[in-house]
Amino acid sequence: MTSASSLVTALTEAGTTSSGEATLFWVLAPLMVLGALGLLFSRRTIHVAVSIAGVMVGLAILYVAQEAFFLGFVQIVVYTGAIMMLFLFVLMLVGVDASDSLVETISGQRWIGLLAGLGTGAVLVGIVTRASFAAPVGLEAANTDTNPVGVSRLVFGNYVLALEVVGTLLVTAALGALVLTHRRRLTRKVGQREIAEAKVAQGARLTPLAAPGVYARHNAMDVPALDPYGEPIEESVSRVLRIRGQEAAAEAFALQEDAEERAVPEDEWLTTTEDPDELEGGEQK
Amino acid sequence: MSLTNYLVLSTLLFTIGTMAVLLRRNGIIVFMGVELMLNATNLALVTFSRMHGNLDGQVFAFFVMVVAAAEVVIGLAIIVAIFRTRRSASVDDVNLLRN
Repeated sequence: MTSASSLVTALTEAGTTSSGEATLFWVLAPLMVLGALGLLFSRRTIHVAVSIAGVMVGLAILYVAQEAFFLGFVQIVVYTGAIMMLFLFVLMLVGVDASDSLVETISGQRWIGLLAGLGTGAVLVGIVTRASFAAPVGLEAANTDTNPVGVSRLVFGNYVLALEVVGTLLVTAALGALVLTHRRRLTRKVGQREIAEAKVAQGARLTPLAAPGVYARHNAMDVPALDPYGEPIEESVSRVLRIRGQEAAAEAFALQEDAEERAVPEDEWLTTTEDPDELEGGEQK
Repeated sequence: MSLTNYLVLSTLLFTIGTMAVLLRRNGIIVFMGVELMLNATNLALVTFSRMHGNLDGQVFAFFVMVVAAAEVVIGLAIIVAIFRTRRSASVDDVNLLRN
């Protein structure tokens, strides 16, 4: 892409990479293998998802180092940006603590799986290391018009049919996801009208709940309102305050015929109004 | 450093993904193992593209990514649908045909 990056990523005459790229590889590769091993040994699914996202970022860096600039950025956008985030959303839906069951339904599955996995790895590494490849060409010639231009010439040229098929596949997959996660309604939808009719049939309260009794002398939410007969309405105080036991008695603040029969002693509320600090504390009550 | 090192790293990641599919029981982790295998093959394709000096390998890797995205969408939708009915994401609990 730029001359500096192509200097770093250019192959030498003998077909080996530059020392800078080698350093990058030897730093990244162990980190990526460690992150991938998290897939095998992590107990919690969320840790696995994060470590796999790290492996995918490492892969993107390796793509850019290998002169596949377009793929490197697509890797970041599609894999770490879209796919791993989708995994995290599904983890959120399924529950983060969905842990593995340790019961083996197939006896000896662990050892068979371990053997098969190690065998696959041994075969693949053996093939890759023993195969003799032709001298690497490098991508300087193919990337003369920058890498995205070269890739797009192929995608919209030789592989245009594959591109169309893949586009159809994506649309089908999106539709399939909609169909698979669609939940058919088993009961009738309960709307506003149905709720109202059920309330009337039960004889339940039809009107909104009464507001708490807010008086000039005590403008807090913890005093119940009084109904026309002078009885306190318990439901008017917030349920939280009622459960905590912070509800105040309505009689203390209600207008009463005989001023001397007030439940609040005269001196008590006089002192609270005189002291500003006490007044604030009383308002917060 | 020879380009074979990239291929060895790719096969290591592929092996780890295979073992995750074979050994883990949580459906989501199994699925991430499949994703790791696809990514490992992409690394091999990019390396081969560099070895041969043409961009066809990168185009293949690009198509693999698109198919992987479609696969993830469908797979996770299936996992969510199974979780809704069975309250479990474990692959061992999906024995609907048994009994």
